[in-house]
Amino acid sequence: MAAPEAVEKHTMAVLVDNEPGVLARVIGLFSGRGYNIESLTVAETDPNNRLSRITIVTSGTPMIIEQIKAQLNRIVPVHGVHDLSEEGPFVERELALVKVTGSAESRAETLRLADIFHARVVDTTPESYVFEMTGSTEKLDAFISLMAPLGVVDISRTGVAAISRGAGKF
Amino acid sequence: MAVQPAVRELSGAEMVIRALVDQNVDVVFGYPGGAVLPIYDALFKQNQLRHILVRHEQGAVHAAEGYARSSGKVGVVLVTSGPGATNAVTGLTDALMDSVPIVCLTGQVPTHLIGNDAFQEADTTGITRPCTKHNYLVKDVNDLARTLHEAFHVARTGRPGPVVVDLPKDVLFATGLYVAPDATPLRKSYRPQTKPEATRIAAAAQLIAVAKKPLFYGGGGLINSGPRACTLFTELARLTGFPVTLTLMGLGAYPASDKQYLGLVGMHGTFESNNAMHDCDLMINIGARFDDRVTGKIAAFAPHSRKIHVDIDPSSINKNVRVDLAIVGDCAEVLTALIAELKAQKYKPDAARIAPWWRQIETWRKRESLRYEKSDTIIKPQYAIERLYALTRDRDVFITTEVGQHQMWAAQLFKFEQPFHWMTSGGLGTMGYGLPAAMGVQLAHSDALVIDIAGEASILMNIQEMSTVCQYRLPVKVFILNNQYMGMVRQWQELLHGGRYSESYTAALPDFVRLAEAFGAVGLRAEKPADVDRVIKEMIAVDRPVIVDVQVDPKENCFPMIPSGAAHNEMLLGPSDRQSSGPVSEEGMVLV
Repeated sequence: MAAPEAVEKHTMAVLVDNEPGVLARVIGLFSGRGYNIESLTVAETDPNNRLSRITIVTSGTPMIIEQIKAQLNRIVPVHGVHDLSEEGPFVERELALVKVTGSAESRAETLRLADIFHARVVDTTPESYVFEMTGSTEKLDAFISLMAPLGVVDISRTGVAAISRGAGKF
Repeated sequence: MAVQPAVRELSGAEMVIRALVDQNVDVVFGYPGGAVLPIYDALFKQNQLRHILVRHEQGAVHAAEGYARSSGKVGVVLVTSGPGATNAVTGLTDALMDSVPIVCLTGQVPTHLIGNDAFQEADTTGITRPCTKHNYLVKDVNDLARTLHEAFHVARTGRPGPVVVDLPKDVLFATGLYVAPDATPLRKSYRPQTKPEATRIAAAAQLIAVAKKPLFYGGGGLINSGPRACTLFTELARLTGFPVTLTLMGLGAYPASDKQYLGLVGMHGTFESNNAMHDCDLMINIGARFDDRVTGKIAAFAPHSRKIHVDIDPSSINKNVRVDLAIVGDCAEVLTALIAELKAQKYKPDAARIAPWWRQIETWRKRESLRYEKSDTIIKPQYAIERLYALTRDRDVFITTEVGQHQMWAAQLFKFEQPFHWMTSGGLGTMGYGLPAAMGVQLAHSDALVIDIAGEASILMNIQEMSTVCQYRLPVKVFILNNQYMGMVRQWQELLHGGRYSESYTAALPDFVRLAEAFGAVGLRAEKPADVDRVIKEMIAVDRPVIVDVQVDPKENCFPMIPSGAAHNEMLLGPSDRQSSGPVSEEGMVLV
């Protein structure tokens, strides 16, 4: 038998009618068929036509990725599926809110690190900071791991939003 | 202010009736309850729709499936909220797996009570989301007509399937404006591709022109596409001279009496079909989906073949088996284009090129893999089906089945010459499908002979529908191959689990003759081979519902068989074949 196909990570943009249950259809498809969801974000992006854009980061063998796209396309309120990883260069961003607490001496180091990463302070108290940080998933991971020893108490991340580079749609 | 009749407001319940009539529905299978009382009230006041009162909602869906598969129309179901909807779930899943167009209307508690755990409330759209092609919850009466028309459109187009429309009770009482089907805009996000790409048709024609060991593998997609697709499929097979095999769902898409037909393919398919599948150099799959019952061990599936796959559902392509040429489109459209392309290329069948292949197939055929040991003391189940076929073949006969050994014997031995005459639960394998399905078939074809070939275990799963059959005087025949076991379970226990027949024997079976009589039907029994012809003739002669209890050999196994985890050229041909092939692999044991 041929060697098993390698698992690839793909970022997809799924355009859907913004109607009740549409997210459940997408998520149910992934859980029901055993596909992987690494990240999922959704919001209405075209209010005039009541369209939402779902960005999904998933992984699988090429055959599974092809299946995921075909299955998503089969959902009645899905207008289109765009595999950004396949269709050309694209930009991926994620936002994190990171709450760090700490004593007087570590607070200076906390701020210095945040500055290096261009994280913004969006809340501060004598004992804590909340940083807002935008970037690729890897950059956020790096920031959080450097902050961890300084006293991270909570993290909220949005998941990935993505769009193709250049003038083309999606 | 004077109200124009054209814009007269209707209640939601009246709209439901109007929409069904406008969708050319003539029969609704249903069961009333609190949440759908307004619709039942509206049904009471009209005479365009016939309502068939089933005895269990699962029966309603299977009946609608039988109606749909035997007529090519959409089957319609009407059930109440909560248990009405949950009882329909098995039928909906069955229709999804076998691509049967169904519109199922479910009652729901009033919108202001949704989410409050109200009496007979269930999250119907949540529960049915994975077992429908699409579903709707209608919260505004002004969306109702449009939604119903869209539901019919989604159910019948593309790859057909079941659609649920959940109807809260207050929406049924509210009034609004009705919209006709032709005034309902088509949804932008739902546009199934029916016409194939021309370049792919040309590529298929090229493969056909050079194949030395070709094989047509036809499936349920041909039946769903309709009689025209089946005629075109037959025309293409005749044009090329290639052998044809059919899946369980495809039986009837090609005339079984034709010499190019090799029989059923798959786990209990014929020796010639499965070996041809294994050895072919070009497989032309038209409307089949490479189900695991057909492919067996994927790694050893038709290893030397190029594969063409025609399917209306792009997600069926490259799902189980990677193919060389995918053609997305409706079977009839694809076949029309392909035949036109071959004719344009002045295609001439080259009998000499495929002659060695046919010679090989004839040697497989000579094995007569459907042969069984005859007996004059005990009724062999195969004999019963052979006689049933022989004594009904000159009639307009429709066959439904339950699930198990009897289903496989029926598929192997009953010969279907045309589509729409064979109704069986293929994908989901739902015991209890056959009797309600036969009911639906009889309603679509009132003068036809409709027979449910059943097992004694399966029939008990929806036996309550005998009451429906008798109420509407539907002359459905239930032909039970009674071996006292869940035969297929027993067969697997014998072959795979050391003969430990755990819970597969039914100790307290009813007396089926008296059971038939209790329902108001006719009961017949065959105990010896000599009885078989007599009871079949009597069954046909009676213009009433009949249950025939055919007491067959309890030990008979269904052969040929591809054991789980094996390849197509590793078939077991009969009981004596077992020792030679060794035990089933561990890998095979875990497969279903």
